[in-house]
Amino acid sequence: MKTNSNLEKVLAAGHLAVTAECGPPRGAMPDKVRERAAFLEGVCDAVNVTDNQTAMVRMSSLSASVIIKQAGFGLNPLLQMVSRDRNRLSMQADILGAYSLGIDTMLCLSGDHTKFGDHPNAMNVHDLDSIQMLQMVKGMRDEGKFQGGQDIKGDPPKMFIGAAANPFAGPNVQVRAMRLAKKVRAGADFIQTQCIFNVDKFEQWMEIVRKMGLHKQTAILAGVTPIKSVGAARYMQKKVPGMDVPQEIVDRMAATPKEKQPEEGIKICVEMMERIKKIEGVSGFHIMAIEWEEKVAEICEKAGLLPRPQL
Amino acid sequence: MITAERKPLEELLGYIAPYSRILLLGCNECVTVCAAGGRKEVGLLASALKMAARKSGKELQIVEHTLERQCDPEYVEEVASMVAQADAVVSMACGCGVQQMAMRYAKPVFPALNTKFMGGSERQGVWDERCAGCGNCLLGVTGGICPIARCAKRLMNGPCGGSANGVCEITPDVPCAWHLIWERLEELGQTEDYLEIIPAKDWKTAQGGGPRKIIREDLAE
Repeated sequence: MKTNSNLEKVLAAGHLAVTAECGPPRGAMPDKVRERAAFLEGVCDAVNVTDNQTAMVRMSSLSASVIIKQAGFGLNPLLQMVSRDRNRLSMQADILGAYSLGIDTMLCLSGDHTKFGDHPNAMNVHDLDSIQMLQMVKGMRDEGKFQGGQDIKGDPPKMFIGAAANPFAGPNVQVRAMRLAKKVRAGADFIQTQCIFNVDKFEQWMEIVRKMGLHKQTAILAGVTPIKSVGAARYMQKKVPGMDVPQEIVDRMAATPKEKQPEEGIKICVEMMERIKKIEGVSGFHIMAIEWEEKVAEICEKAGLLPRPQL
Repeated sequence: MITAERKPLEELLGYIAPYSRILLLGCNECVTVCAAGGRKEVGLLASALKMAARKSGKELQIVEHTLERQCDPEYVEEVASMVAQADAVVSMACGCGVQQMAMRYAKPVFPALNTKFMGGSERQGVWDERCAGCGNCLLGVTGGICPIARCAKRLMNGPCGGSANGVCEITPDVPCAWHLIWERLEELGQTEDYLEIIPAKDWKTAQGGGPRKIIREDLAE
C-alpha cells in the first residue's frame, strides 16, 4: 500500500469503490458542512470536498475536509485542489497541512475558469497544470522531495492521488484517452470521470483505455449525477462545456410529470450505473449529487453498493 | 507585434484637463500596423481632442508628431524641442514608448493607448494573442501553437475538460489551443509527441523572475 487511504484499501481489496461529493458552504458555517456530510455517513469510501467549485468563493476545501474528518461520522475526506487559485508553494504548504490533519487522499484539478465564477476579475494562477501537480504530489510522497528539489523534513505526506478525466470533451475520444495516459504516468492512483450520461461514448473511451492498459495502472471511478428535473437536464446538455447529455435522457425527463422528475432522475442514474458496472476496467463510482447529498444513500442502496466495506 | 487599442476619449480628456499645450506623439512601428497609434490615428485623435475641448470652451494647442520608434532613445531625442514647447505629452505608442518618453523628459506623459498583447493578424482588422513572452519557447514541442498564450488555463499537457467543438469553454470566439495543437500534430504525423509530459515550467524566465533584461555583450556600449 502506498498510503493509509481508505479508498486505496477498498480498491486494493477488489471492491467497487464509492465516492461522493460535498460542496463547502459560501459562508463560515461549519454546521452546514456537518449537516451535508451527515447524509454521506456509511455510504461512501471517501468524500470529495470541492475547492472553490465553479470558481465561486466557498469555505476552503482543507477546512471543510477537517470539519468532516472531525465530525465523528467516520467519513474520509478527499481533498480537491485546483491549480487556478494557488502556486506551487501554496499547494505544497496545504498538502503538508492536510496530511498533518489526517487527510490522506486528494484530487488534482486545473479548476473552472474564473470567468464562470463570482470573481471574474481575478487572475488565474496556473503556475502548474493538473498533470504537473500530480507529478509534484507523487514526488512529495515517493521521494520525500518538494517540487523545488529539496528534502521534506520528517515523514513525507503520503497522499493517495487522484485526477479527473473527461471522456466526452474535445478534440476526440482518442486524445481524451491519451490525456488519461499522461495523468497516469504523472502519478494518478485513481481517476474520477466527468458525469457520464452518454454510456456508449464512455464505453468507446474505456475500450481505448483498456487497449492502452491504463485501467490496470489506475482505478477508474465512473462519475454519475442524478438529474433533478428536465430543466437541469437541458441546462447540462446546452450550457455546460464538455458535458454530453443525450437527447433521449432529456426527452425521458420531459415526458415525466414535474413532481415525479426527481424520482425518474434517480432511476436513470441507477440504470446507468448498472450498465457501467458491466464495463471492464471500471473500479467504482463517483456520485456527484450536487446540492442533493441526501439522495446518495438511496442511489447506493438501489445500485447494490451498500453496505460499504469496513477495512 | 505589440498590439494596442485607444483609450476612451473621456479618460484622455481627464488626463490633459490641466494643460493647454499638448504634444501628441505617435509611433511608426507595431501600433501603426495595428491601426492604434500611427500618423493617421494621431491626426484623428488630435481633431477629436480639440473638438471636445472647444465644446467645453477650452482652446487646445496640439502638436502632432510621429516617431519612427518611440521605444528607442535615439528617436525619442528628436522631439526635445517639441517637448520643451508643450505642457504635457500624450503618447500613442505602446507602454514601452510611453516609458521611454517619461524616462527622458521631465514633463507629464500620458498613455493614449491600452497596450494589449503580443499577437498576429488573423485577418484584416483582427489581431489575436500568440505569445506570452515566457522567455523559454515551447513552440518546438507543441506543433508551433503556444498553449501558454492561447489556452485560457495555460495548460501545458493537453486540453481541459471544457474543450468542445474546437473552442474554449470561456467563449466560442476563442479556439481551444490544444485542439489546434492536436490538429497540427496530426498534420505533421507527430501525435505520439503528445504523450510526452511537459514538466513544471520555470517561470523565472517569465515575469516570475522580476523585470527582465537582455544584455548583448557584443553590442552593449
